[in-house]
Amino acid sequence: MLIPHPLLGLRDAQEFTYYGDAALMNRPDPNAETAEADFCDYVFLRDNPAGVHRELWFHEQGDRSWLVVTRNTVTHEILSAELATDVKSRGAK
Amino acid sequence: MRFSGFKVFKEAVTGHKGWKPLWGNPEPKKSYDIIIVGGGGHGLATAYHLAATYGLENIAVLEKSWLGSGNIGRNTTIIRSNYMLPGNQPFYEFSMKLWESQEQDLNFNSMVSQRSIINLCHTDAQRDAYRRRGNAMHLSGAGGTLLSQDDLREMVPFLNFDNARFPIKGGLMQKRAGTARHDGVAWGYARAADMRGVDLIQNCEVTGFRIEDGKMLGVETSRGYIGAKKVGVAVAGSSSRVMAMAGMRLPIESHVLQAFVSEGLKPTIPGVITFGAGHFYVSQSDKGGLVFGGDIDGYNSYAQRGNLPVVEDVVEGGMALMPMIGRARLLRSWGGIMDMSMDGSPIIDKTHIDGLYLNAGWCYGGFKATPASGYCFAHLLATDTPHETATAYRLDRFARGYVIDEKGVGAQPNLH
Repeated sequence: MLIPHPLLGLRDAQEFTYYGDAALMNRPDPNAETAEADFCDYVFLRDNPAGVHRELWFHEQGDRSWLVVTRNTVTHEILSAELATDVKSRGAK
Repeated sequence: MRFSGFKVFKEAVTGHKGWKPLWGNPEPKKSYDIIIVGGGGHGLATAYHLAATYGLENIAVLEKSWLGSGNIGRNTTIIRSNYMLPGNQPFYEFSMKLWESQEQDLNFNSMVSQRSIINLCHTDAQRDAYRRRGNAMHLSGAGGTLLSQDDLREMVPFLNFDNARFPIKGGLMQKRAGTARHDGVAWGYARAADMRGVDLIQNCEVTGFRIEDGKMLGVETSRGYIGAKKVGVAVAGSSSRVMAMAGMRLPIESHVLQAFVSEGLKPTIPGVITFGAGHFYVSQSDKGGLVFGGDIDGYNSYAQRGNLPVVEDVVEGGMALMPMIGRARLLRSWGGIMDMSMDGSPIIDKTHIDGLYLNAGWCYGGFKATPASGYCFAHLLATDTPHETATAYRLDRFARGYVIDEKGVGAQPNLH
């Protein structure tokens, strides 16, 4: 697979380390009343969809940036990739 | 139709005209007492044990494709019980015992061959870890033998003992481990379940659950609605998709695991051998092909095919372990979808929905577990209590902090 890095262009997926669902960027509030259950969900439960999946890839053997890659888990087609910092600063999920 | 040596002889001299289909192709009834979703190894074994061990009737297995079309036909056929943790080891040893009696129990030649497994170690620390694992195996009666380098040089002389980076120092052997004919296992259970009155319904995809007031009423399928008092889901690889239809999120990611087979060769590898310095395992099928595999690809996938970097990685492992493998030509490679759970261990449990039961999360170790998984899931469905060897496989163990993490890598499914 080739990942379209927003700054570096097409890069071999082998340069990246896979982390998981991009929802992991949204850490629950540890002071919330429901924090224990929230963190249990956060750590252990996944949507795990068949189809379009937004996920975190770390460019470990490259510029060490985190990317949010949108990929189809049924076909392995990569639909888009953006810097996780951009996603975070937009406040989008 | 029972199989026997006499039957084989009789058919041989009468033109093989007396063989019959191994199972029927019934129309689904309006309702069943128990429906098993998933006609793979675990689902068929569950149906068999519900009928044969627990004496229940009015059971159906629903399979969206053909029987055994998923991971039961895609694995590397290894059976073993060399686990370490208390939650796992008795279960896998129970499975090993069921393998040993399987052919007689099912009256079917599933070609169970206890040709041993050897896990190689490459450092002193790894030998210590294997000694500890071997002792844990002895606690459940699984047995285990620590091998020296001299032992190995005699048994498997073709290994690359003096590899500069990963010299082979010894190994842990489980003599009772080995291989089984994976499709034959599915066929054996299917036939045995069919003979005991289980309806095996193929080309019948479950498209939804009918649940009212937290109680299971039945399943919507591509062949219409079918009522059920109890529904057991055994669809590893697709567990998240199926359970999402019941509104559940699981502690599972789906990942693709590739496997490989070489052209047929003369007998060369005596049992199963695993490389301890990388992830590579190999055995030789009775047909002669070297069957081998390694790591999962490492990203969420439902594609049933992998990518080339892992092919390269697996083959590199093989070359480091036994350079002679480089002379064999690769015949085929394929992929299967694994339920990678958050602690690397499976789930056999009830759910919060009355009448809905889950068998999932087998990671890439589901094949060896097939007999015990079926037995324990049938026990749960029949008695509403967990089987004594499967008490640790609860769905709520993650929330309660009782994970069973053999590898100790935490909630990162692609590392298990």
